[in-house]
Amino acid sequence: MKGINIVVCVKIVPKPEEVKLNLETNTLDRANASSIINPPDKNAIETAIQLKQIYGGQITVISMGPPFFDGFMKLIISMGVDKAILLSDRAFAGADTYPTTKTLSQAIKKLGNVDLVICGEESADGGTGNVPPGIAEWLNYSQATYCHEIDYDASEQRFIVKRSISDGFEIISIPKPAVVSVELNINTPRFPDFSLKKELDNNKHKIPIWSATDLDLEPNEIGLSGSFTTVDSLIQAKGLERKQIQIIGNIDDIVDQLVDLIINK
Amino acid sequence: MNSKEIWVFIEISDTGVEPVSWELLGKARELANKVNFLVTSIIISNKESKIAEEAIARGSDKVLYIIHNECSHYSFELFTKIITDLNEKFKPEILLMPATHNSRDLAGRLAIRLHTGLTADVVQLDINNQGILLGAVPGFGGSILAIIKCEQSIPQMATVRPGIFQSILPDQNRKGTIEYIFPQIKENLKETILIKKITLNKEDISKSPRLVIAGRGISSNLNEIRLLAELINGGVGVTRPISDMGLFGREHQIGSTGISVKSKLAIIFGASGATHFSSGIKNVETVISINLDHKALINEVSDYFIIADASEILPRIIDKLKLKMELIK
Repeated sequence: MKGINIVVCVKIVPKPEEVKLNLETNTLDRANASSIINPPDKNAIETAIQLKQIYGGQITVISMGPPFFDGFMKLIISMGVDKAILLSDRAFAGADTYPTTKTLSQAIKKLGNVDLVICGEESADGGTGNVPPGIAEWLNYSQATYCHEIDYDASEQRFIVKRSISDGFEIISIPKPAVVSVELNINTPRFPDFSLKKELDNNKHKIPIWSATDLDLEPNEIGLSGSFTTVDSLIQAKGLERKQIQIIGNIDDIVDQLVDLIINK
Repeated sequence: MNSKEIWVFIEISDTGVEPVSWELLGKARELANKVNFLVTSIIISNKESKIAEEAIARGSDKVLYIIHNECSHYSFELFTKIITDLNEKFKPEILLMPATHNSRDLAGRLAIRLHTGLTADVVQLDINNQGILLGAVPGFGGSILAIIKCEQSIPQMATVRPGIFQSILPDQNRKGTIEYIFPQIKENLKETILIKKITLNKEDISKSPRLVIAGRGISSNLNEIRLLAELINGGVGVTRPISDMGLFGREHQIGSTGISVKSKLAIIFGASGATHFSSGIKNVETVISINLDHKALINEVSDYFIIADASEILPRIIDKLKLKMELIK
């Protein structure tokens, strides 16, 4: 195949500010939170589209989530990717990064001949940033995380990336196939083509759904039973014991008191 | 006696040891004392250095110092391979790593290769009598903490962001052993090529004794925020929206997805006080906030709060401060 065969891993997450803590059951109530595409994943999609525009190739989006996320997959296709697949199985639930990365990597294997996997830097819900290097390990691909720029050297079959590190940036070259993660806001994700979205909705375009069986995954490799970490308990974060003194008065009084506080601290 | 070990990965960058490594070592010492484990520092470099001695002075019982000529700079291939081989040989119970970009790049890959559990970005760490690590991870918004454990596999891995734990001041009288290891690694293992490094002098606001923090409500007055910080000899912190807008770098972002600060004073302008922000100012001694909304959460996490237009108050504070400083001169 000519060009780059790209897979983008996308997560649909609840809007963080809409998730409430149920104080009676001490559990998180996500039911009333609306879902969005994990913000840096949109930058990952945009990165893939820009690479395809330059070098040609194909873009497939994969996402773990319930079948009713197919609307999001159609939205993503309307942004300009070629194909979107949902990895959906009740048995995937409760997975930590170990079975999550296993599941995603099995889907990438099944697609075959992949040159580049692009992920967002981390997910907005309990984001750890550990998924991209985890996928790379399962697939024995090279990796680069926290990237700002990604380019392809077709003659060398390598990707040249600029990534941010503690004391600045580095530019590294990694061989294909590779997994990269991109930072939030590295580009401006394009708007979906809403007429295409409408068309996909109208002609009942079916988003393929791959289950654990489709991915050759055993029950003990996925979900909660495939996880190494468990939740021991949930506790209320310690309240901040603050004085909570309101400074009142006219603006000159307030400024005077503030300046005194600042000078004395 | 073959004692159980807690390992701490000491991350080295061009500017020296990442300070968060010493913070982890301080915490590891405390945990180890509780259950009578040993603390081992893992150092990977291309040459010998005084870092080994410093690791002992800061709480290590043992240092495994790995020297390889291609390890002047981080690469996922070599670092994953080296720690995997060390793990095979020594089988530590626990492995703590900084939640910096490079160490997370490494930890995510390593956890899969070692077939073990990884608890990312913990904000509290404890250990029970059985030697099981208990890591607290903030849930949505940070108002709830999930205590995560990994009982079926070792090493139990955890990553920790900068500013969460306290490092121990070096004690030159502490005793410990240093073991140098020169690994034989097949030559073509490392395929990553470093083309260029751009070192920036990024400001480390986690060390700043005074902070001026800007939220969305003051986003059009950021120059005045900088000016006030300069006047009080402090650093600038921002909430996530300001950082997301690209107005300040991530190294200035405070909260559960940024850094935690422990300054003596923080003056916060125009922030609503969402819990994922507030978790980052938990260890600040005195918090002062100015915002328009009398119902905002920020009021509850402040020692002193003012309900006013932050953009109106800010220039007046600057003027008044300048005046007072003139008088002091």
